[in-house]
Amino acid sequence: MRYLPLTDTDRAEMLGVVGAASIEDLFVDVPAGARLAGPVDLPAHAGELAVERALGAMAALNRAAGAGPFFCGAGAYRHHTPASVDHIIQRSEFLTSYTPYQPEISQGTLQTLFEFQTQVAALTGLDVANASMYDGSTACAEAVLMAHRVTRRKGAVLSGGLHPHYAAATHTLAHSAGVVTRRLSAAVDDEAAVVEAIDADTACVVVQNPNVFGTVSDLAAIAQAAHAAGALMVVVTTEAVAFGLLKSPGEMGADIAVAEGQSIGNGLNFGGPYVGLFAAREALVRQMPGRLCGETVDAAGERGFVLTLSTREQHIRRDKATSNICTNSGLCALAFTIHASLLGGVGLASLAGLNHARGRALASALGAIDGVEILTPRMFNEVAVRLPKAAAAVVDALAARGVIAGVPFSRLDPAAGLDDVLLACATEMTTFEDIAALADALCTELAR
Amino acid sequence: MRFSKDHEWVEVAGETATIGISAYAAEQLGDVVFVELPEVGKTVKAGDPLAVVESVKAASDVFAPVGGVVAEVNGALSDTPETVNDQPEGTGWFVKITLADPGEASGLMDRPSYEAFLATL
Amino acid sequence: MSGMGAGRRAGSALLQDEPLIFELGGWDKSGVDFPPGEADGDTSDLAGLTRAAPPRLPGLSEPETLRHYVRLSQKNHAIDLALYPLGSCTMKHNPRLGEKMARLAGFADLHPLAPMSTVQGALQVMDALAHWLKTLTGMPAVALSPKAGAHGELCGLLAIRAAHEARGDGRKTVLAPTSAHGTNPATAAQAGYQVREIAQTADGRVDLADLAAKLDADVAAVMVTNPNTCGLFERDVLEIARLTHAAGAYFYCDGANFNAILGRVRPGDLGVDAMHINLHKTFSTPHGGGGPGAGPVVLSEALARFAPVPWIVHGKGGLELIEEPRGEAAAALGRMCAFHGQMGMFVRALAYMMSHGADGLRQVADDAVLAANYIKARLSPVMSAAFPDGPCMHEALFDDAWLEGTGVTTLDFAKAMIDAGFHPMTMYFPLVVHGAMLIEPTETEPKRELDRFCDALIELADAVRAGDVERFAGAPFTAPLRRLDETAAARRPRLKWTPQA
Repeated sequence: MRYLPLTDTDRAEMLGVVGAASIEDLFVDVPAGARLAGPVDLPAHAGELAVERALGAMAALNRAAGAGPFFCGAGAYRHHTPASVDHIIQRSEFLTSYTPYQPEISQGTLQTLFEFQTQVAALTGLDVANASMYDGSTACAEAVLMAHRVTRRKGAVLSGGLHPHYAAATHTLAHSAGVVTRRLSAAVDDEAAVVEAIDADTACVVVQNPNVFGTVSDLAAIAQAAHAAGALMVVVTTEAVAFGLLKSPGEMGADIAVAEGQSIGNGLNFGGPYVGLFAAREALVRQMPGRLCGETVDAAGERGFVLTLSTREQHIRRDKATSNICTNSGLCALAFTIHASLLGGVGLASLAGLNHARGRALASALGAIDGVEILTPRMFNEVAVRLPKAAAAVVDALAARGVIAGVPFSRLDPAAGLDDVLLACATEMTTFEDIAALADALCTELAR
Repeated sequence: MRFSKDHEWVEVAGETATIGISAYAAEQLGDVVFVELPEVGKTVKAGDPLAVVESVKAASDVFAPVGGVVAEVNGALSDTPETVNDQPEGTGWFVKITLADPGEASGLMDRPSYEAFLATL
Repeated sequence: MSGMGAGRRAGSALLQDEPLIFELGGWDKSGVDFPPGEADGDTSDLAGLTRAAPPRLPGLSEPETLRHYVRLSQKNHAIDLALYPLGSCTMKHNPRLGEKMARLAGFADLHPLAPMSTVQGALQVMDALAHWLKTLTGMPAVALSPKAGAHGELCGLLAIRAAHEARGDGRKTVLAPTSAHGTNPATAAQAGYQVREIAQTADGRVDLADLAAKLDADVAAVMVTNPNTCGLFERDVLEIARLTHAAGAYFYCDGANFNAILGRVRPGDLGVDAMHINLHKTFSTPHGGGGPGAGPVVLSEALARFAPVPWIVHGKGGLELIEEPRGEAAAALGRMCAFHGQMGMFVRALAYMMSHGADGLRQVADDAVLAANYIKARLSPVMSAAFPDGPCMHEALFDDAWLEGTGVTTLDFAKAMIDAGFHPMTMYFPLVVHGAMLIEPTETEPKRELDRFCDALIELADAVRAGDVERFAGAPFTAPLRRLDETAAARRPRLKWTPQA
């Protein structure tokens, strides 16, 4: 078997050294009734070709985003990753290395994490960032728990513009910690409702920018209201490319910024693995979850990097840890930092500008269709539109004709009563032909 | 100065008790990197967790050797936690407490008794 | 000295030195080309909402990018270089077929919210993976969405909590052995429970008497790792399960060590109610320098209906995802994260499973256990095994009794292993053993490499006994850096690059 190097001769020799008659002797502690007599009821081993055929057949049943006009966003975005990123992350020393607990032989990983943290701090406009979380949604949930630890208050207000999956994941985690999340009704542009909902027990408000409906806002007023009440402001960004154009969370008064980094360096991958970004003000650093990489010197005075402030983490603090997190999103964070290094700040700004231009072209084309109403007042690259029919049925009909029109809001939140709302997104990968094809198909479908 | 079995020391002046960790404890911990101090105004009884002292690889609870209300904490430790290693029984103090019972500390070990206790460990 | 690019400081021969990207200039440079004109379009519609200037980050051309990261990669150890003896981490070879399959456009370029009719192949992968996991564990249900092992532990405990809440039973305590991995108590605390410890017997197992004494009506769950963190199979696991269930509690099994019993024992047959599986350990998805992981959780009949959404169901028109806690999924505990889980890792794990097959997976456990016992047998004459009597499972545990009086600590010994070309083994874990050294070779090591490893450790042990303390106290001498100052890093944290004042 190609992945098992031991031969029967090896096994016999090794059993001899161990002093066991057979491998069965080594499983002597397993209760007799629990020992399986033979292999379980699953297919026997297969060569590479057979596996490729089987998985290839499954892959062929999927309609890849690039196979035609494609407009899904809603928390995962189709962007172009430069060819060198994937080559670099597949180097053995990055792909098959372990968590950098032995810094002397992990400086490759540690230095890239330090660069990643620096980039994330700069993009979010905050003082310190960690070495990544699993994804944006769990980062959001952990931010709420952190605000609870910092303020010792039990309430969290979740904006009606927050991605419903993020709200749900946050609720799941917060509930078990005794934090009460109050999710406001889904709203395209109602951050004033967030301000009204703040009370003396609010640990934090959670607002998303651009929000799930694509709306871009100035959050400074919310920050002020939150701070005046002794609460923190957590800002969520699900489209990381937006950092190239919009005011940063830090600039708008965020205490904690979380984001989904998938747009930079990482493909759609049907929802994972992704990479959560997590940044905060300096004063809050000891309450941060996740790994942190710091600069230091070695015994010869040479600069190096190490994991630090580890006493926050589970392997030391156990039941008093800031979180139970053990893994970060290592290789995805590496892909993010490589792509961000290639882009540079000016490149990211250009990429964001291009996205905005394509988004506006999309909105313009959709707004020109009879019966279609643009709901998003100020957009980056994603827009919410109201259709004269249920959006889910429209999306399915268009999919049957080769156009993936976007995400019906009812898919994210069936109880919101927004079944006629479609979320559509354009990126630098969206061509004008794609937009024309969408407009055309939509026109035809709505005319039925 | 009096000592508890958990290696905290207490120095009483009137109604105020200054509390820290003994030189033995500081040595056992190794390099102190951070001290988490309680809030001023917090009420504690003897045996309650009072502070947490962190080295690179461990975090240890420090327990209140006597009861009272936290009056002052040693803020300088946040910039220079190494003071705990340099002067554990002096400038490396953690907390000053307004004692609930000014006589409570007298139940703790004096230095000779503490040193005898250390010899048994 | 084996090939790590070691034996010399960085900046010579094959080991290049490399500054931070922020020290390379490039503040107005970009290594990505955009079509001219459009990128600087009109943003007046976002007046007052945009940054005043581009983010202040440097860019690199493609050649500089390759140089930067290739030079950095040379400073990393990796499984592709040598045996990684990390206990409980299961550092096995990562099959490259998984990388190829995960990159098929039909998997990689697929949006999680695309219409269900267009993603049937992805749902088939998830369904197939679920089937393999359920069959291997003998459990009726699996939650695929947790993003890592610890996330899976949390999912399992939240399902347990939901089950208790559904019967109006508000229990507040979780029991875990003193040898438990830190994520166990951390997860229990995060799930809102108080943690109490179960004592260990002299032969490294759960103390049944102590467990029975602590199993009162307030215990919601018992968290046990099996094989345990000492590398031993819990012989009394059936009794542990029986006692737990009799007290109205659930049995959570930490599946980190599943590699030892794959295809030989099914946790479902042991009375387990919930167990997370680390796909990045047992099913060889790459460790990637620390992640991403994936932690699906198999569930018993009692807990199945509390699994978080999304659920895969076989509908009339094909496979479907149920994404809301409604209908069939009405009792579901909610969502653990956005979307559906670590699909990229599902494809890799499924490729691994299909490649090995039922026969190969059983052989995995056999070879993993044999390799660990072989190392234990070869090293026991020179090092002190923590539990010398009886076989170990997939990992061998030593303590520092044999170092007593030598002036060499477990840490020093581990650092000297670096000079011998090996990544140190897991140190100081589990906490119940003094100066612990936990070695897990895995089944993908050729005998040649196992012998090379043992020979190196025997030579080091001989050097300890010969009194060559400096060789250990000052190690590593040949790595790119030596003994980094972790105290300074923690006292005055510098967590990002800042321009020199």
